[in-house]
Amino acid sequence: MKRIVLVFCTLLFCGYVTSQDLNKRNNLPSINIKNLEGETFNTKEISNDGKPIIISFWALWCKPCKKELDAYNDNYDDWQEETGVEIIAVSIDDARSTAKVLPYVSGKDWDFEVLLDPNGDFKRAMSVNMIPHTFILNGAGEIVYQHTSYYEGLEDEIYEIVEKVASGENISGNN
Amino acid sequence: MKKALALIVLSFLFTPMVKAQGFLSKSEVHGNFELDGMYYQADDALGITDSIINGNEFGFNGFADIIYTLGNFSAGLRYEAYLPPIAGFDRNLDGQGIANLWASYTTDRFSITIGDFYEQFGNGLTLRTYTEWSLGYDNALKGARFVFSPIDGIILKGVYGVQRYFWTKYENNNRGIVKGFDAEINLNDVFNGMSDSKIKLTLGGSAVSKYQSDQNPFYKMPKNVAAFAGRFNLGINKFNFSSEYAYKINDPSAINNYIYKPGAAFIFSGSYSTKGLGIYAQFKRVDNMSYKSDQAVTSNALDINFLPPLIEAHTYMLAAMYPYATQPNGEIGFQIAINYKVPKKSKIGGKYGMGVSINYSQMNNIDRSAPNDTAYIGQSGTMGWNSDFFKFGKQIFNRDLTIEIDKKFNKKFKSTFKYIYQKYDIATIQGHTGEPIVNANIAIIDMTYKLTSKKALRWELQGLWTKEDKGDWAAALIEYTVSPHWFITIADQYNYGNKHSNEKIHYYTGSFGYTLNTMRIALTYGRQREGVVCVGGVCRQVPASNGFSLTISGSF
Repeated sequence: MKRIVLVFCTLLFCGYVTSQDLNKRNNLPSINIKNLEGETFNTKEISNDGKPIIISFWALWCKPCKKELDAYNDNYDDWQEETGVEIIAVSIDDARSTAKVLPYVSGKDWDFEVLLDPNGDFKRAMSVNMIPHTFILNGAGEIVYQHTSYYEGLEDEIYEIVEKVASGENISGNN
Repeated sequence: MKKALALIVLSFLFTPMVKAQGFLSKSEVHGNFELDGMYYQADDALGITDSIINGNEFGFNGFADIIYTLGNFSAGLRYEAYLPPIAGFDRNLDGQGIANLWASYTTDRFSITIGDFYEQFGNGLTLRTYTEWSLGYDNALKGARFVFSPIDGIILKGVYGVQRYFWTKYENNNRGIVKGFDAEINLNDVFNGMSDSKIKLTLGGSAVSKYQSDQNPFYKMPKNVAAFAGRFNLGINKFNFSSEYAYKINDPSAINNYIYKPGAAFIFSGSYSTKGLGIYAQFKRVDNMSYKSDQAVTSNALDINFLPPLIEAHTYMLAAMYPYATQPNGEIGFQIAINYKVPKKSKIGGKYGMGVSINYSQMNNIDRSAPNDTAYIGQSGTMGWNSDFFKFGKQIFNRDLTIEIDKKFNKKFKSTFKYIYQKYDIATIQGHTGEPIVNANIAIIDMTYKLTSKKALRWELQGLWTKEDKGDWAAALIEYTVSPHWFITIADQYNYGNKHSNEKIHYYTGSFGYTLNTMRIALTYGRQREGVVCVGGVCRQVPASNGFSLTISGSF
């Protein structure tokens, strides 16, 4: 009996160590991209203290993408207050327009973080083909929902899912 | 006790297995795919007869990309099929197979990739491999890529390999071997004292070399062509400056008409950003900087480097009529942009504010003079030309003034107004020799009305007025969307100002589509006007066509 308890405890301990290791970071691929200051940013560093994250791929040449981000920005204060959600907009603009992204974002007065993926490394690793392509991550950094294209009103659907994720509802089947 | 000890040892031995199992459960497969099918039909107005179509009714492009990840390890493959390629895509794509196969291992400090990979050094002036499905463009390197970060803030990269050339296998040095090295250092990460500084400085440098055996019967070619570049990015409070200069040794090629002049490219950007306002200016000069891994190739393939066209990328139907493409043999120009948000609750801004953006860009030919007394400008086998670095040539390739206003009137109604003036050297850029320079005025109104929280109606009215090329155009579009699944669009572009009455053609299209999360299906019927489709500076010619097109795409 003692032995069984011992083995059980050891295994439990191991399991604990393992799960801790795994939960430490998000479930995204490890890709070096850039922030708007031109500094390298590893996508493993994307985190939000156990709260949901929206990652949206966009580009300056993509009108629906910009509409989607405008819609998010209009609601961002309320959303953050209610669920603590963080939005990260990943621009896939290439060298043609990467330097234009920062002044554009300032001109738009968007409040969320914008990252640059000029050669599509993160985009490819995330299997993004058409943009806009939006992901929702749960508190454990797992992708629980994704959607391509933007139609007026999509932000309501996105936020419904964010609310479910924030309240701990399991929606991974929705993916 | 012994037994208990043995058990503990055993269970610890067992631990890696448990871990490995946890690890295995972390393995993931994901990917994406797209199928583009075309069915062409005869159309007398477009000059497409049954005999032209005969045997070419169908075009089919498709790919599927699958990535497998297990902890630090990942591997992927991409299958592509062009059976046969859709009209406008390079005929060399005809065929099918595994176009891309790779495996990589990545830790915080180190990454190695073997197989087909994509990489970009700085702005890409010395090296950029990438793929763009909508153009059928893929210049992936097949070989190996190493990335090493000895300390935070320093990233070293090394690559070597040969580039993809459609389906042609690399053998017997039938194209060049590419080697490259890049180093980037972020001073704020490297020096503790700078970590909180408001001055953010990143420096970088790259060296690339191409080896190709000399197969030219007329000229002695350099077997190794090296290119170097240095760059920086400097952020000071609200200002940001970045620049890159690249130099390439002599590299006679079919693109530059076999001249022995070294190449150079220079980009400088500066911007000022504050809440609600962004100002941006950029200068660019390219001189003989085409860099391909085969000297004889002139098509959109085997590019080692990337020369970004610094110009507004237009996507509205008529605004995209005259797209600019970088002139690798020489161009000099600048771009200025202002983005401003008129504040909410101001007189002009109204309840929601109003977005204003102005963009002006101009690209000229570089100034050239003969390389010596006995040669003419650009003569094969000579130094090609002399050129003053900052002097603008007289020939204007492109000029573009774009003014855009975004206004939300109320919760349901918003619109975009756009005015564009373009000057476009169609003879040089599209190769329509002898045609006069196009001067075009374009106006666009794009309005969206939200019917309910999920249903919306959007319509566009567009006009393009020019005395040159095909004359005046008008276009209209109406789109109905039901979030998050449905859209239906009807559009028409009418060339009412064409000088030839039989070419006053309506290019009508109707499309509808359905989206479920990441799966999307769209069907379009109608006429495609002849033109140039450009994405990120690479363009392809699209012939006029009539028929059905079906796109199915998804990711998982």
